[in-house]
Amino acid sequence: MTAPMTETNTQNLASYNFAYLDEQTKRMIRRAILKGIAIPGYQVPFASREMPMPYGWGTGGVQVTAAIIGRDDVLKVIDQGADDTTNAVSIRAFFAKTAGVATTTATPDATIIQTRHRIPETPLHAGQVLVYQVPIPEPLRFLEPRETETRKMHALEEYGLMHVKLYEDIARNGRIATTYAYPVKVEGRYVMDPSPTPKFDNPKMHQSEALQLFGAGREKRIYAVPPHTNVVSLDFEDHPFEIQHFTEPCALCGAEQVYLDEVVLDDKGGRMFVCSDTHHCESRRAEGHRGALLGDEPVVEKEAAI
Amino acid sequence: MSDADTLEALAKAGIPAPVKPLLTVEKLTRVYGKRIGCADVSFDLWPGEVLAIVGESGSGKTTLLNCISSRLTPTCGTVHYRMRDGVSADIYKMAEAERRYLMRTDWGFVHQNPIDGLRMTVSAGANVGERLMAVGNRHYGNIRGAAIEWLARVEIDEDRVDDQPRTFSGGMRQRLQIARNLVTEPRLVFMDEPTGGLDVSVQARLLDLLRGLVSDLGLAVVVVTHDLAVARLLSDRMIVMKEGRVIEAGLTDRVLDDPRAPYTQLLVSSILQV
Ligand SMILES: Nc1ncnc2c1ncn2[C@@H]1O[C@H](COP(=O)(O)OP(=O)(O)O)[C@@H](O)[C@H]1O
Ligand SMILES: [Mg+2]
Ligand SMILES: [Zn+2]
Repeated sequence: MTAPMTETNTQNLASYNFAYLDEQTKRMIRRAILKGIAIPGYQVPFASREMPMPYGWGTGGVQVTAAIIGRDDVLKVIDQGADDTTNAVSIRAFFAKTAGVATTTATPDATIIQTRHRIPETPLHAGQVLVYQVPIPEPLRFLEPRETETRKMHALEEYGLMHVKLYEDIARNGRIATTYAYPVKVEGRYVMDPSPTPKFDNPKMHQSEALQLFGAGREKRIYAVPPHTNVVSLDFEDHPFEIQHFTEPCALCGAEQVYLDEVVLDDKGGRMFVCSDTHHCESRRAEGHRGALLGDEPVVEKEAAI
Repeated sequence: MSDADTLEALAKAGIPAPVKPLLTVEKLTRVYGKRIGCADVSFDLWPGEVLAIVGESGSGKTTLLNCISSRLTPTCGTVHYRMRDGVSADIYKMAEAERRYLMRTDWGFVHQNPIDGLRMTVSAGANVGERLMAVGNRHYGNIRGAAIEWLARVEIDEDRVDDQPRTFSGGMRQRLQIARNLVTEPRLVFMDEPTGGLDVSVQARLLDLLRGLVSDLGLAVVVVTHDLAVARLLSDRMIVMKEGRVIEAGLTDRVLDDPRAPYTQLLVSSILQV
């Protein structure tokens, strides 16, 4: 993939309005966000703008962030849990440049966290906003391609199709094999696609302290989950929802009950599992936690010292 | 006194409720611009009754069926349906949510082309189970059990439950479509040329199956067909249409054995000559 912005157009951005978008566009997006907050899980259409990056780079999330960010905000951007991927670095640089805001990798210090496909492991606190980049907002799309029909299904709360999909999963695999973009029902009303986050993160959406905003640029939709909202993963009575379980802790920081990525070490099949949330992993290591791969370092001494 | 109150009072007094029509169609008309789809059609359908709508191609059968099944808004006229609580409701005055709920619970619709009535990319089991899930069934084992049971009732082997209808023959697809409709035990099923696209031998088997299901379940059916043999086999009563209008109506045996309208006589004799 090429970088979303060239050196020169990053330079040019300095002459744009605060946070790149003009005030009228930001007001339009804020209205959509407010409507989304008022109707949790409902997809609000909005007039998505061209951004100086391709759609796959999270233009929906970028527009939402641009509409809500202020000079005092502290921004964190993650891509699959990592602060240091090209996509995350570019978006962070974009707002540092166009809004002059402070950025951070520390989850607790951020006021706005823009994310692609993960929710941080550190529980979010009141006052924080999590902005999701969403590729396909419509959870019913896979079986019902007609937009007119899916809108009607949402309006009339006809969600049988969502269970048809889960039924097929079980019939084929013996269990619900959907592991990401796992559908949820928000506040007992709208069925929502949580974007391609792993289902591991679904329970974090439920009754979160933070405001969660979702932006789909290409599909021109915004939706929201306000703080303290019920978010329930769909399932069957005899096949209840379960998150992924990992058999071993993080090889670097020893964390358990976190989402791990598999990393291939060599071409002889060597591999390790490490935290997908890089900030979480680094801060644990800074506290002295050591995983199997770093086993010979301080943790033993530290424990012995206690 | 409302219908519901009357029925409740009768029930309390131990008096059987008088049988009332399940469906009442009055002066139903649908025009397409200047062309008539169907005009001024009125009839009653009784619980458990099978009514055939016959006529040549273009006589307005499909238009009429779609208007009475709430799939096509009539230009004028009314359709009343007696709900399970005994109250008769104008289907075009209901809230859309209520009408759609009715359509997937108490009604069924069997399309001539099974592709129009099935989800071709999900398994047979999910096709049959969809209505159960739509009305809130959340137990996988029960849904699958019901799907297998209904597949058996339409003579589809249990071991096909996880196959997609794409892999089914025309006759099997049609039987699957019927199972998908009947799983919620509707009281009224609409069918548009249900045997239309099938080979003659497959048609005969399907008709036989349909006849059995209709009588076992006590279904009321409105079946559109251009095939008088289908009407003879399935229906109690029939209406004959020509250029959008009903030109003859009556008990099936009477109409076929002793047609009164000259057009019906022509229709019947041309069939007999074949
Ligand atoms: N969508 C439509 N637009 C215009 N004319 C139509 C449409 N559908 C049907 N018609 C006309 O209405 C008449 C009745 O058609 P239809 O109800 O399909 O008859 P049948 O099912 O008996 O073949 C025909 O003249 C047909 O051409
Ligand atoms: Mg027709
Ligand atoms: Zn770690």
